[in-house]
Amino acid sequence: MPAASATHLDFVIGIVLFWLAIGAFALLRPIQSASATRFLYASGAIGGVALAVVALAAIGAPPASLVLPLGLPDLPFHTRLDALSAFFLLVLGATGAGISCYAAGYFAESHGGEGGLTCLQYHWFLASMALVLIADDAYLFMVAWEAMALSSYFLVTTEHHDPGIRKAGFIYLLIAHIGAIAILLCFGVLHGGQGDYTFQAMRQAELTSGWATIAFLLALLGFGAKAGIVPLHVWLPEAHPAAPSPVSALLSGVMLKTAIYGLFRVTYDLLPSIHWEWGLLVLVIAVVTTLFGVLFALMQHDLKRLLAYHSVENIGIILIGFGLSLIYIGTGHPTLAVLGLIAALYHTLNHAVFKALLFLGAGSVLKGAGLRDLGRMGGLIRVMPFTAFFFLVGALAISALPPLNGFVSEWLTFQAALLSPALEHGVLRSIIPLAAAALALAGALTAMCFVKVFGVAFLGMPRSDEAIRAREAGEWEQLGMGWLAAVCVVLGLAPVWMIGVMDPVALSLLDYSPAYIGMAQDWLWLTPVAPERASYSPVIFLAVIAAVVLAAFGLVRLLYHGRLRRTPAWDCGFPGLNARMQDTAEGFAQPIQQIFAPVYEIEAHHPDPFDRMPRYVCEVRDRFWGLIYFPIARAATFCSRMIGRIQVGRVAVYLMYSFATIIFLMAFVR
Amino acid sequence: MTLGGFLNQLFQLLLVALAAPLLMGWVNACRAWLQNRSAPSLLQPYRVLRKLLHKDAALAENASWLFRFAPYVIFGCMWLVAGIVPVVATELPFATAADVIALVGVFAVARVFISLAAMDIGTAFGTLGARREMLIGALAEPALLIIFFNFALISQSTSLTTIVETLAHREFALYPSLAFAAVAFVMVLLAENARVPVDNPATHLELTMVHEALVLEYSARHLALIEWASAIKLFAYCAIGIACFVPWGIAQAGDWDALPLAVAAAVAKLIAAGAGLAVLETVSAKMRIFRVPEFVATAFMLAMLGLLLNYVFEV
Repeated sequence: MPAASATHLDFVIGIVLFWLAIGAFALLRPIQSASATRFLYASGAIGGVALAVVALAAIGAPPASLVLPLGLPDLPFHTRLDALSAFFLLVLGATGAGISCYAAGYFAESHGGEGGLTCLQYHWFLASMALVLIADDAYLFMVAWEAMALSSYFLVTTEHHDPGIRKAGFIYLLIAHIGAIAILLCFGVLHGGQGDYTFQAMRQAELTSGWATIAFLLALLGFGAKAGIVPLHVWLPEAHPAAPSPVSALLSGVMLKTAIYGLFRVTYDLLPSIHWEWGLLVLVIAVVTTLFGVLFALMQHDLKRLLAYHSVENIGIILIGFGLSLIYIGTGHPTLAVLGLIAALYHTLNHAVFKALLFLGAGSVLKGAGLRDLGRMGGLIRVMPFTAFFFLVGALAISALPPLNGFVSEWLTFQAALLSPALEHGVLRSIIPLAAAALALAGALTAMCFVKVFGVAFLGMPRSDEAIRAREAGEWEQLGMGWLAAVCVVLGLAPVWMIGVMDPVALSLLDYSPAYIGMAQDWLWLTPVAPERASYSPVIFLAVIAAVVLAAFGLVRLLYHGRLRRTPAWDCGFPGLNARMQDTAEGFAQPIQQIFAPVYEIEAHHPDPFDRMPRYVCEVRDRFWGLIYFPIARAATFCSRMIGRIQVGRVAVYLMYSFATIIFLMAFVR
Repeated sequence: MTLGGFLNQLFQLLLVALAAPLLMGWVNACRAWLQNRSAPSLLQPYRVLRKLLHKDAALAENASWLFRFAPYVIFGCMWLVAGIVPVVATELPFATAADVIALVGVFAVARVFISLAAMDIGTAFGTLGARREMLIGALAEPALLIIFFNFALISQSTSLTTIVETLAHREFALYPSLAFAAVAFVMVLLAENARVPVDNPATHLELTMVHEALVLEYSARHLALIEWASAIKLFAYCAIGIACFVPWGIAQAGDWDALPLAVAAAVAKLIAAGAGLAVLETVSAKMRIFRVPEFVATAFMLAMLGLLLNYVFEV
């Protein structure tokens, strides 16, 4: 029914316009009152819910396209809504709804005169992400992509009075534009010289294998810069902490996913064929990104920086699934590729939800206690019980613990990796288990990192006065976090339903789908490939644990007693317990720093033994700055200085340069 | 799900939970004998549990809900593990709910909760124990997963029952990869169950303790549940080792005649495993805490080597 699905696309465009209108309204009438701000963001949240509903309905529908009467003369904007777009719109809508709801509480009190501007940028950011997802030509895609980069740049630099934040914004903008150039060149290669930049034309373009590889590499570079693959990850740990927390949640939860969308769109849809070498390259990059992200996250003591490094790690996990599926397609096993693709898509959705939740939790701590440094937190579970609970759900989900959602996607990735014996190529077969091992290590280290975060921030004794006086988040904030936490639980308990939703996406990209390979037949058991091979049932899993917990709780009280008395902490009988005796965030991860020392660039100052006021300083730095970025920056400065030499400031000399250039051109160009 | 399967499932849940402290008592007795001490009764762990359950719980003043909730979660996780590892028969309806990857996940849930609970009061020992526990776990957990992947490649399945049925009831073949996996598994077992040389279950020396530091603030019923859960964990690890490496004798689905023999085989193998564990603990010395990551990393690398051997020998 093309008519029915066209209405889906109309709805999506309507929601985009609605968001743009909210932004425009906020700017036209600068908001002074908290209730007006709250109203605008809450309307944005309703837009998010509507988008999620429309996207859910549109995934199963046939693709629909629409040419907008906008753009340049003779070059209108093409839009298209197919299963892949609809899935990512679902991610945007579901996550964006929770974040907007949170923002309704978060921004209501904190900003005065600039509130209207923030509201404008925030909603235009949402709208431009939605436009990226429905663009069907390179022109609209790039326009929306740049709008997304710029609106998010202004959001990152909301607190532009701080020079550190301006610097972070500059790094973000720089890498975003290096990526944008690569994407533009990629589209240039893809359109194959016909002068038509619609995606439909690109699908039909005849590309040689070499040009296809160049296009893929450009896409990997361009979208990888946005997604934060190593070594293009450097902007993430700078930009995410600088932005206000709801914006960090949007950046990390949703915007990184538009890069994944672009990569999937170009690779599966626009490129004519897929080579397994690409998959191998992606797999290697993904493994490095995953391990790098988690190892650096462990070293952080700024909560938002830590979460930003975890985004790097999770992008790596998504790309492991993607790389596996490319390898399977390239070697002629499209049925196996389904599992890799589903794992990648599932993790995309999961990461959007739990990372947004964690950033919002960090935002509540920042707002309620004014703290971002783990070293000054502690005991927040007692003053902020709801935030602590929601944060715990997010922490358990990101640590890939069953029965929450993070586990499902990691489980699927493992299952995809374990299909490697089907391959004929010897080296390839044995490299894939290495990726699985890296993923296993990353998962365990993530759990360690989040025990550190939750234990240091929310448990134990408060380490500062701010932590004692912290305020619990407001109702809007709690509602937003509660929504995302609930989604985490639902995605963890109902993977079969969710994979059923993704079925059309795999079908449209690979011509095979989970249903085709016999997956997801029973609502209770998730069984990729075959029930004898592997099965997982989170519902039974949770039911058994819950039953045992309740039974143990009841039986102990029935057979014995439930008497309890409160005493001071025992602590092996040592008196004078105080908050400074607790482990710090740095101390907790110190053994990791020792074990993986070669990965880090460590600068430690050990105090002199006779020093009366000893200070121990240890700084862990990212090696990639020294290896790649500083040399490039030095080379750029050197080149500019060289060019600066010929700028003498006299018109006659400049005319001579022009003269020389013309002679040069006449000599060589005929 | 057949009625027989369901009965077998219930039988095993009860058997494992009730027999686990006995295995603990057996290991302790063997250790005492090997060290020329007079051994406590085999039933000593039961007496300890009973004593703890009778006592009033003393709870630190600043303990949060997480601290009180954690022992139940840990107990529930371990019981789930007890329900999915084939001990006497492979017909376990719950086993389809969690394959080996989920099994590793359950252990991780228990580890995360016990570490969080240890950090809740904010004592120096608690946080120290949590740090060490998570460090050991962060390396032991992937090692265990890779060990399971060895089996997954041989039996084309990550379901523990399928693995056991494949290995127990097919033509005898030597898998070189499993030799590496077996060594790695023993190392992981020692590390994860707080045994010598990684941790000493009989000490409260602050420089070395891991498990004891974690549960220092617990008392009475909470401590009883945690200790019981650790006993089940040890039992489950032994059962996993037996099921994977010496699966002969475990009854197949629907094969009720084999059951008495299977019970006898399981008891004999567990007795041997407990004695072997006591010997290992007696002949090795406790390691410095900073040698432990090396120890567990060795297990990880051995398991990886086994995994690669699988591809070399084209199984």
